Amino acid sequence: MGKVLLEVRELTTRYITRFGESVYAVDHVSLKVEEGKSLGIAGESGCGKSTLALSLMGYYFAPLHYMSGEIIVDGHNISGMNPDDVRKAILGKEIAYIPQAAMNALNPTQKIIHFVEDVIRAHDPSADKKAIYERACKLFETVGLPPQVLEKYPVELSGGMKQRTVIAVSVLLSPKVLIADEPSSALDVTSQKMVIKMIRQLLHDGLVGSLIFITHELPLLYNVTDDIMVMYAGQIVEKGAAREAVFDPLHPYSKGLMGSIIVPEEGLREVKLTAIPGVPPNLKNPPSGCRFAERCKYVQPECIVNAVGLRSTEGGRVYRCIFSEKELREAYRNG
Amino acid sequence: MAERKVCLSGSGLTKIYGFGRTRTVAVDHVDFNFYEGEVISIVGESGSGKTTLAKMLLGLTSTTEGEIYFQGQRRDISTQRKKLEYWKNIQAIFQDPFSSYNIFNKIDAVLLDCINMRGGHGFPRAKKVEMMTEACSFVNLKFEELTNKYPFELSGGQMQRLMIARIFLLMPKILIADEPTSMIDACSRATILDMLMGLRDEIGMTIIFITHDIGLAYYVSDSVYIMEKGKFVEYGTADEVILNPKEPYTKRLINDVPKIYEEWDLSTV
Amino acid sequence: MKHTLQQVFRSGKFIFGFSILVAILLIVIIYPLVIPDPPLAIIAQGTFFEPGIYVNVYDSIIAPKYTLNLEGAAAKRIASRLNSDDRLAMKEWLVAVGIPEDEIDIEDTALLLELWETHFDPKTQIAGMTNARRNYYIRLNASLEGLLATEAAIIAVKNPTTGALEEKSVVAQSDFVNANKVANVRLLPLGTDNFGRDVLTELIAAARVSLQIGFVAGIIATSIGLTLGLLAGYIGGIVDDIIMFFTNLFTVIPGLVLLILISFSIGQERRGATTIAIVIGLTSWYWTTRAVRAQVISLRNRDHVNLSKLSGHSIVHIILNDILPYIASYVVMAMILQISSAILAEAGLSILGLGPRTTEVPTLGLMMNWAMIYYAHTLGKWWAYIPVLVTIALITFSMNLMNTGLDQVFNPALRD
Repeated sequence: MGKVLLEVRELTTRYITRFGESVYAVDHVSLKVEEGKSLGIAGESGCGKSTLALSLMGYYFAPLHYMSGEIIVDGHNISGMNPDDVRKAILGKEIAYIPQAAMNALNPTQKIIHFVEDVIRAHDPSADKKAIYERACKLFETVGLPPQVLEKYPVELSGGMKQRTVIAVSVLLSPKVLIADEPSSALDVTSQKMVIKMIRQLLHDGLVGSLIFITHELPLLYNVTDDIMVMYAGQIVEKGAAREAVFDPLHPYSKGLMGSIIVPEEGLREVKLTAIPGVPPNLKNPPSGCRFAERCKYVQPECIVNAVGLRSTEGGRVYRCIFSEKELREAYRNG
Repeated sequence: MAERKVCLSGSGLTKIYGFGRTRTVAVDHVDFNFYEGEVISIVGESGSGKTTLAKMLLGLTSTTEGEIYFQGQRRDISTQRKKLEYWKNIQAIFQDPFSSYNIFNKIDAVLLDCINMRGGHGFPRAKKVEMMTEACSFVNLKFEELTNKYPFELSGGQMQRLMIARIFLLMPKILIADEPTSMIDACSRATILDMLMGLRDEIGMTIIFITHDIGLAYYVSDSVYIMEKGKFVEYGTADEVILNPKEPYTKRLINDVPKIYEEWDLSTV
Repeated sequence: MKHTLQQVFRSGKFIFGFSILVAILLIVIIYPLVIPDPPLAIIAQGTFFEPGIYVNVYDSIIAPKYTLNLEGAAAKRIASRLNSDDRLAMKEWLVAVGIPEDEIDIEDTALLLELWETHFDPKTQIAGMTNARRNYYIRLNASLEGLLATEAAIIAVKNPTTGALEEKSVVAQSDFVNANKVANVRLLPLGTDNFGRDVLTELIAAARVSLQIGFVAGIIATSIGLTLGLLAGYIGGIVDDIIMFFTNLFTVIPGLVLLILISFSIGQERRGATTIAIVIGLTSWYWTTRAVRAQVISLRNRDHVNLSKLSGHSIVHIILNDILPYIASYVVMAMILQISSAILAEAGLSILGLGPRTTEVPTLGLMMNWAMIYYAHTLGKWWAYIPVLVTIALITFSMNLMNTGLDQVFNPALRD
């Protein structure tokens, strides 16, 4: 078992709206990422997966507020730290973050090398210009980007190239954890594939310690990460190895999600896509029982009343349901 | 196979934006024959000209060159009256349900417009309500709950279903669906697709699916047209094009989509 | 719609600006009902009377008298006639004629006057004293006559037959009249202007006229701008080109210069408040056109407009139902700015003497113009122009504040 680089225990964070209402976007989430491993987070829009990414980094700027729980990055507890201190001490060095529109963060009036200098100097003000250039060149070569990119302006690069450049620069300081939030969904499929290839290579080569990959596209997640965690309405509903999560989901929500996958492969036309009726609950006022209860095919009266906890299986999988693994499989077999 | 009737066809269809240095050829001399009752997908990446082509087919933008034939007749939309006639036969569902509605109009108004367009001006109120209720129940919505509401009070999936209810009332011969599920969560996507297909069976229309998602195109369509830089590079039945692609561009598109059953080959980029 | 209004009235900035504007409007409407004096009536003989309560002297004499023995009344009376500058001047004279400086106490009025009476002689020659200064001392000396007197003043009337003076009434130093019982008392809170007109009444009438000019000009400019912007943006093509040609033409000509030329060519005689409002409206529509056009172009390709077309609606229907409601909030904001800039434009024109002709109505700009021509600023007659400035500032400030508030409501990116 590898060294644990990021551990989160019972993290709860909320948004406070202009009218003072609380929205519990991340509700008692626990997770662990080991060295060399990758974790995928899947879920519909609004399930709290992007908020979780910000929360993991300790990036609490209004309206997002920290409530409870612990975030331990490589042995250091950063929960409750001032976000400005987090930005100085943690981001870049310990945790790197790539949002969906990262490529738009490049200043169009400056060359890429300037951006690289900024990043390095923010952590090491004495760094020498030439040394930075050489270091960047080396890194770019390792990740398969032409070093000439450094001398170009952002407008001269394509979207996919910009995104890969930003990713390369964000791992310059060899972060322990790389959090990628939909890094490829604004790109065309070919650029997406390049970004995915690069991220996988970064993890393989040890340029980043571990990876957290967030997306709503399950086929993508399946191809990138070792483990998959499915979120619904701010909570974890299922966690397990990627293959098991995709081909043998336990939670009824994950089951529905996996049943809606579309891939251009033989046999797709014979598959009947599953649909989940209804909409996720409003997190301003979440239901007291299971949050999936009102959309669930197998709902029981007690689901609506009592909160449902996480259960573990013998195989090390975790899911949130009142039914046992056996009961669920039985139910799925009967349709 | 029964004899296929051409429903919509085009020859040498071209759209050029701008002139001089800003001249862009969005659609470049495309020819096609779309058959009645089929689901046709036009697949392309962003900037391939698929949305411009859709707008030309709908008559929302002018054509620079070429002709469109509707049921064998050359399309003539030179006057507002002729346009209205044409739009009784061809309708659309757009990508973003949130921007497809006029937020100042109530849901009733959206549906009433459709009834009026099909010559229902003089119907008594009760008959109109009956028609709207029927349309809503087709897409699993309850008209009683929607009446006097505004579109923004619905979820994205419900709004898109209401769009389908609109088509149900309009009963066009051709429906152009421009990425109708790309802004919708995966769980609701199947519902939308099922309803579209149900609608096709119900009123026997032709659906032209515009999408960037080659998997989705494969799932829903009978014929697939692959579009690159304003041209159709490959077309044929869904199985032909997706399972046995001939053009390198099509091969690349299919290869670059993540797979789950087969190994996704990352070495080819 | 109701929802939007609720949101608007939650914005602190909007409420603040709106309250100021409503207060000004209420004052402008209610004041003339309470005090129906004609605003341009000349009531004062002379220029720039200071703000204050003016009590009729004649009526005071015949009003019932009350005796009030107030401590310090005499001191106040002396102080009002012998101020500290005069006392220092007296000391200066006394020192010059050889009185030791430490013997003179300028606070002790009785002692000072005693020294003065014994030592002042207008014939005394003091080295280096100008004639003007000497005349000042002679005037000062005359005014000191009877300063310490405690006896009553006698008011006498001439007997028409004998010509002798007959005692009419006696006014003791401790006599008071109740101001309420004096038949004629006039409050002039802001004094009078150069023509002798009550500044407050004039100011309120001027604010009303200026607001009218602002609203008329704002509505004209907004309607022209909105119509042209909608047409240019929605129809596009050659219509757009033609409209934009004229809009650009107006944009590059400095607005004030155009206003001055038009105002000048209309001529003094035909320049009424309405004419000025129309002229301002006709020269300031162009930026509304540009702004509306830009908004319409971004709306034109939205799906709901396409869908409305597909539903067979006419251009007029689409513009009125699918475009206009979306830009309504923006147009309201633009109109508020148009109104406030029209008020400023009127002030700018009038201060140059190109405003409405001066005989009929006052406007804020005209009041500034009069104050300037008659040197109110150099003479230190602040009441003739400061209140006008404050009124202009308040009106435009309130409108700009409303605009910012609306902007925050309609533009979520600006919310804090």
